[in-house]
Amino acid sequence: MVLITRRIEFSASHVYHNAQLSAEENRRIFGKCNNPHGHGHNYTLEVTVAGEPDPVTGMVLDLKELKEVLEREVMQRMDHRHLNHEVPELAGQIPTCENIARVIWNLLQPKIRQGALHHVRLYESPDLFADCFRNGAAGRGNI
Amino acid sequence: MGSTANAEELKIELGRRYHFSASHRLHSAHLSEEENCRVFGKCNNPFGHGHNYVLEVSVSGRVDPATGMIANLSDLDAFVERTVLQVFDHKSLNEDVAAFREKVPTTENLCIDIYERLKSFPHAKLERVRIEETRNNSFEYAGEEFAQVPVASAAEKEQR
Repeated sequence: MVLITRRIEFSASHVYHNAQLSAEENRRIFGKCNNPHGHGHNYTLEVTVAGEPDPVTGMVLDLKELKEVLEREVMQRMDHRHLNHEVPELAGQIPTCENIARVIWNLLQPKIRQGALHHVRLYESPDLFADCFRNGAAGRGNI
Repeated sequence: MGSTANAEELKIELGRRYHFSASHRLHSAHLSEEENCRVFGKCNNPFGHGHNYVLEVSVSGRVDPATGMIANLSDLDAFVERTVLQVFDHKSLNEDVAAFREKVPTTENLCIDIYERLKSFPHAKLERVRIEETRNNSFEYAGEEFAQVPVASAAEKEQR
């Protein structure tokens, strides 16, 4: 099996706020991320697909097709958007890195037709990221 | 708060990078001067040298539906600051960290030492630590089980 990873970047805004908690609790738990008018990040997304290279083309999957899937499912939904207000898949969830990574996994997984989605890593900043993969798959480093 | 995710099928990990700078000298009291020089090369220079280390910590656990978080970053940051960064940042690993008076402060040993310091983090499960000694060298450790891979014995290596 071979792993192939594609990286894309998008920019979006968000705010962390749980309406079921008091204003004080929101501030205590979420800190600066609770500022009412939100803030933004340049996100970097790394999508890893696993598969066997096709004997004829030498490819695990057509990268152009993966690029189109990422454009349609991620860029058009999230790039230059407010994640709380404009992304229905995140409605009712705090748009943390953990939750966005899971939403992206669920968006991409049925759309990858060659190979299989293996790993999603979403960076909110160079020093903070979330990894999402199938339980037992042990992440990107171990096939 | 609902989620469309098949939560039991997916594993989510939170990764955080930290930075510290420290000096070290690779030198083993069990080896002769010549052997130390041969094995460790430049890293054996008597007065040591330093690196800007990058420490990557990955934790896993249930994503709390109320917060959207595996662990609150401020808890993780405070724990790493107290148990690791205060111990290692701007220190000499050989002189200032008791564990490395005996052990050679390679980044392999540093990974194991830092993993042991972090594994009692109370808010999530420590999955692994990864350390970049330089941009081009990185090391990972994920606990005892991680180490249970077949390793050729010295005798086997000799035969090769």
